[in-house]
Amino acid sequence: MSTQLQLDPLPTAVAEETTPGLVAVAMSGGVDSSTVAAVLLQQNRPIVGLTMQLWNQRRLPELQGDGPAQHRCCSLDDVYDAKRVAQHLNFPHYVVNFEEQFEARVVRPFVEQYLSGRTPIACTNCNTDVKFEPLLRMARQIGAERLATGHYARIRKNETTGRFELLRARDDSKDQSYFLWGLTQEQLSRSDFPLGELTKEEVRNVARQVNLPVAEKPESMELCFVPNGNYVQFIHAYSRAEGIAVNNQEGDIVTEDGAVIGRHTGVHNYTVGQRKGLGFAAGKPVYVLSIDTENNRIMVGEDDALRTSTFEIENVNWISIAEPATPIRGQAKIRHKHDPAPATIEALPGNRARITFETPQRAITPGQAAVFYNNDVVLAGGWIK
Amino acid sequence: MSRIYLDHNATTAVDPAVLDAMLPYFSAEFGNASSIHTFGQRARAAVETAREQVAALINARPQEIVFASGGTESDNHAIFGVVASGSASSHIITTTIEHEAVLNACQALEKQGIAVTYLPVDREGLVNPDDLRRALRPETILITVMHANNELGTVQPLTEIGKVAAEADVYFHTDAVQSAGKISVDVKALQLDLLSISGHKFYAPKGIGALFIKGGTQLRQLLYGGHHQRGFRPGTENVAGIVGLGKAAELARLSFENDTARIARLRDTLEQGILARVPDSRVNSAKAPRTPNTSNILFPGLEGEALVIALDLKGLACSTGAACSSGAVEPSHVLTAIGLPATEARSSIRFSLGRHTTETEIATALEIVPAAVAQLRRLSPTYHKEPVGHS
Repeated sequence: MSTQLQLDPLPTAVAEETTPGLVAVAMSGGVDSSTVAAVLLQQNRPIVGLTMQLWNQRRLPELQGDGPAQHRCCSLDDVYDAKRVAQHLNFPHYVVNFEEQFEARVVRPFVEQYLSGRTPIACTNCNTDVKFEPLLRMARQIGAERLATGHYARIRKNETTGRFELLRARDDSKDQSYFLWGLTQEQLSRSDFPLGELTKEEVRNVARQVNLPVAEKPESMELCFVPNGNYVQFIHAYSRAEGIAVNNQEGDIVTEDGAVIGRHTGVHNYTVGQRKGLGFAAGKPVYVLSIDTENNRIMVGEDDALRTSTFEIENVNWISIAEPATPIRGQAKIRHKHDPAPATIEALPGNRARITFETPQRAITPGQAAVFYNNDVVLAGGWIK
Repeated sequence: MSRIYLDHNATTAVDPAVLDAMLPYFSAEFGNASSIHTFGQRARAAVETAREQVAALINARPQEIVFASGGTESDNHAIFGVVASGSASSHIITTTIEHEAVLNACQALEKQGIAVTYLPVDREGLVNPDDLRRALRPETILITVMHANNELGTVQPLTEIGKVAAEADVYFHTDAVQSAGKISVDVKALQLDLLSISGHKFYAPKGIGALFIKGGTQLRQLLYGGHHQRGFRPGTENVAGIVGLGKAAELARLSFENDTARIARLRDTLEQGILARVPDSRVNSAKAPRTPNTSNILFPGLEGEALVIALDLKGLACSTGAACSSGAVEPSHVLTAIGLPATEARSSIRFSLGRHTTETEIATALEIVPAAVAQLRRLSPTYHKEPVGHS
């Protein structure tokens, strides 16, 4: 009896430079991106799964015990989940290491912005500077023509203007267009958001229909690199490990007319709009209006004073339209959980723009993004100065 | 046409003859080699035959072979076993390019107060025996230097190192996981006290390996249990695995000269072909003595990780760096140790050939690799040899 050595047949596409129509699916191991793979396969599109290794939990040993890292988001468990989905649906899948890019483009800027008194959004940087930059490039390098992700948003080409437009998701409650305002025309032209037309329930139903092993996996809402969601602890650990100076100096909490009403414990512990831990002025609750890192002061005031109409954004990206010569009316959204409110946007020189709300909005926060819509269509976005 | 496998340093297919030798020992010949009765005696006979076969491969005596689960266990047993038999203030000498099984064992010992010297290597990945002499201390109890490197294939000057160890009367261990079955391994000529091998690197299954322990060596056991293998390694013997390891050792010994010459010729064809067809490519540590099957090639301007994926999608399996537990690629400590900057370390990939590699496969690889490299470089932000426009 002799046993023959038998290997799999070569893929049919071996001789070609690329598999025509090959789509890379960015897979986090969650139900959304896993369902993207299932939807594309149902459409008979050839796919390859890519899971980014973004952050090594061993990187900050002080945030964990001695043994191997336990279950956490961004952990091995998510990578295994993505692999199980790929095995279940039978398509090629690879884990790719973007730890260096993720740290340089997402984690470090997040920590530095936070320490300078701003309220950063890591997910936007991750999209613009990691997923749709080095990951999309790698997808194309390995022979894929496009990159599909589990974002709830839509892309369509406007045949009149020739531009790729970014639109809100059909399911308003899941819409993620707010995190995608940084995408360029080139990036949009090569991206697919197959979940943009579906509700979360429909996505779960697809996942259940094809028996995805992650169909009932709970959603993760936390920043993926921060264990336990405790980002203050993370920022301190990261700063210590990297030798980044943290200004823990106490300072004054002052009202708008300059009266000192208390002491703060270090400016980075405060966020615009925060009420907790500030005390009262003239018997009324006060909120953080602004953070003055230069003078190490926290400016507070009543709720009314927190509402403003006009602000500027920088690093503006015009998406669905070219930069307009005259002001445009639409709606602006100033944080993830903010309902877009009627406003006007006016392009300014140097990649800036001014947004003016019809009615003042609460806590317009430096470091967050403002995204400007014409109903469903994202016109532009930028960082709040 | 089949997928092409050029990653034999990661693992090899069980040779059909090895599998045939093993199969009876799963069910028909299922005895426990420690049992008194006939079932046990037949298993014992198979185990002892295998011990002789493994011993013959490395010029040892059968009683100096202890079967273990693989290279990692054998390396750990050698290092922790020597240290546990010595004093608490001992010193170990190793190198910066060892496998993690050795490096992480040494690092764990450092936390327990054991001093460790990590010898550097030169551009070609070789240790200088003079550095070793200078690193010796009165309290040095162990020198552990790998035989062949997994990533580069470079073969260390173990004869000289063995002389230094013998003169200093210090135990000498080598991780021979990447050399056994590929080049001659002779524990007497190299004056070795301890040597680790792993079956799945030379056509035996995964999960079986062996540690050579020269007679008279003071070595504490790692595991506690029954009296199996003279107490060095308790646990019911993995008879089928051991039989496979023995058969693989015998095959390696008998087909050694033929295989070596044939594989070296194919490797050189691949290497020369790539250098000729891919601009700016370079072989890492090309001038050092190398195992005949390994070629580590630098392709400036691309990520080795992306190239490995692109090649796999085209049906060619090779590897880069060392995979971490998620499967993502980490920067290689070996390539960094030979002085490559991080970008070049990330741009290098390893091809490792084997007994079943054919000329046709190498010819196909020489079509696939240059095309894939060109495709990656066309989209590379760092490689602009020719003017590129936005298409």
